[in-house]
Amino acid sequence: MDVFSYFNYWVVVVLMMLGFFIVIARGNLVKKLIGLNIFQTSVFILYISIGNVSGGAAPILEEGVALYSNPLPHVLILTAIVVGIATTAVGLALVVRIHAAYDSVEESEILAQDEPC
Amino acid sequence: MEVLIDIVLLSLLVATAVALVMVRGLIASIMLTSVYGLLSASFFVTMGAVDVAFTEAAVGAGVSPLLLLFTVAVIGRKERAPEGGAVLVKSLLLVVVTGALLIVGTLDMPPFGSPDAPAQTHVAPYYLQQSGAEIGIPNVVTSVLASYRAYDTLGEVLVIFTAGVAVILILASSSHRGSARLRNATVPDGSPHTILQVVGKILIPFILLFAFYVQFHGEYGPGGGFQAGVIFASGVILYGLLFGLPTVCRVLPPPVMEVLAALGVLIFGLTGVMSLLNGAPFLDYSVLADDPVTAQHIGIMVIELGVGITVASVITAIYYAFANQLEPGPN
Amino acid sequence: MSTILAWTSDACLLVGSFLLLTGALGFLRFNDFYARIHACGVTETLATALIILGLLLQSDSATPQFKLALILLFVLFSSPTASHALAKAAWNAGLRPRDNSGKRGIPLPPRER
Repeated sequence: MDVFSYFNYWVVVVLMMLGFFIVIARGNLVKKLIGLNIFQTSVFILYISIGNVSGGAAPILEEGVALYSNPLPHVLILTAIVVGIATTAVGLALVVRIHAAYDSVEESEILAQDEPC
Repeated sequence: MEVLIDIVLLSLLVATAVALVMVRGLIASIMLTSVYGLLSASFFVTMGAVDVAFTEAAVGAGVSPLLLLFTVAVIGRKERAPEGGAVLVKSLLLVVVTGALLIVGTLDMPPFGSPDAPAQTHVAPYYLQQSGAEIGIPNVVTSVLASYRAYDTLGEVLVIFTAGVAVILILASSSHRGSARLRNATVPDGSPHTILQVVGKILIPFILLFAFYVQFHGEYGPGGGFQAGVIFASGVILYGLLFGLPTVCRVLPPPVMEVLAALGVLIFGLTGVMSLLNGAPFLDYSVLADDPVTAQHIGIMVIELGVGITVASVITAIYYAFANQLEPGPN
Repeated sequence: MSTILAWTSDACLLVGSFLLLTGALGFLRFNDFYARIHACGVTETLATALIILGLLLQSDSATPQFKLALILLFVLFSSPTASHALAKAAWNAGLRPRDNSGKRGIPLPPRER
């Protein structure tokens, strides 16, 4: 069991770093947003893992159940997911406008166009 | 057994993320994002976070890939080859070092699932033991969301509302002031989606009904305003995809959606003002009726309704704004 | 009586899992897009239905049974439709099935030409 007691956290770190890698190493703005999404979801997984109590039931009160998962991370993440999609939509809207202005969504091409010549 | 499912799901998540790093082309990336969302929703179920799983299934696997697809439909699906050489080496180095530091950091955390971890011993026991008596509804997540931490939730709803306004403003074209008004009213060309339309007509009423069930059953089972709003919006979006933007705009006109988005926030805020006027702190519902527990129940139902209205209309309005970009403009 | 129910339920779950496995295998092994959709689309509908049926037989109270029955109905509608949508999208995008030798361009039916 000892090996697995940190497994969730390590997976979170790996997912977070994969998202981070996409954000910094890929030039496409939509891909960057996808990377941010992965990063964000890894944080969700971290919170939910912290809130988990082994053997705990879903936090809906019921007769005869004594052990529940921690409801607080659930509340935080539940709202964070919907806020996340709203902010992602803002990012995508900006990408659409950037495409209209620069006719490209590749970071390098946009930067090249902004260079003073 | 639960550990096994946990490990399998997490490994699949990592595999999907690795595939996302490897894959070229935006459509494939978006499909993988959808898979990623569904997998994380399944993971949340195994962790006992049913409310979260609900939301993530609708958002992560449904709405978010859809918005990405709309964007890609506007800007094109091509992705340039990633930068090689120095950039790649530098980013790999940065990622590996940061990851290693974080992993060293996790070793100080309490073991996964331990009941005496600090996160489990402060406010959570209070919520679990007292909410039954104080609020009187079984779903603790709803109690915490809508009553104990209602201030927080009001902030989140405001963020969602602001994001919706921002999207409408960013995407509104200069020639069409205001919002996602229709640029032109053409039905999508190509062969008609007869089968999809028939099945959609059968299923969409039940999706909307399910959204109402989730909204009003949120006190007793998993559910609530956030989930219901997202599910309702995805039903509307499905209708729009099958029958075209003009049709769905006749059913739910964009200006109505914008007013509704503001109305939901207003309902939430006014509930807080009501408790102020009754001599209690902001958003303390216990003074809204004679019996504090009934009052809490009423307060939670009202603000969950506000949340549901705002979330549903903001996501629908965002969909309108993006779908409107696709319709060919007049010039 | 309950033993028979338990056995039927187990059989349903087993056959369902087996079908999902074959579907996944076909999805990986077939070389044509339409054949792949066929493999997972056909098996998935029946396999999901069988698994839900197995779970239905295992649960002993009315509420979960009712919910499972609703899910079953939903899956029976949505799963074939999803396969259809995939195939239609591929066809509209101009992808044509391959024949056995892996050559694209099986002749179209006269009406479509």
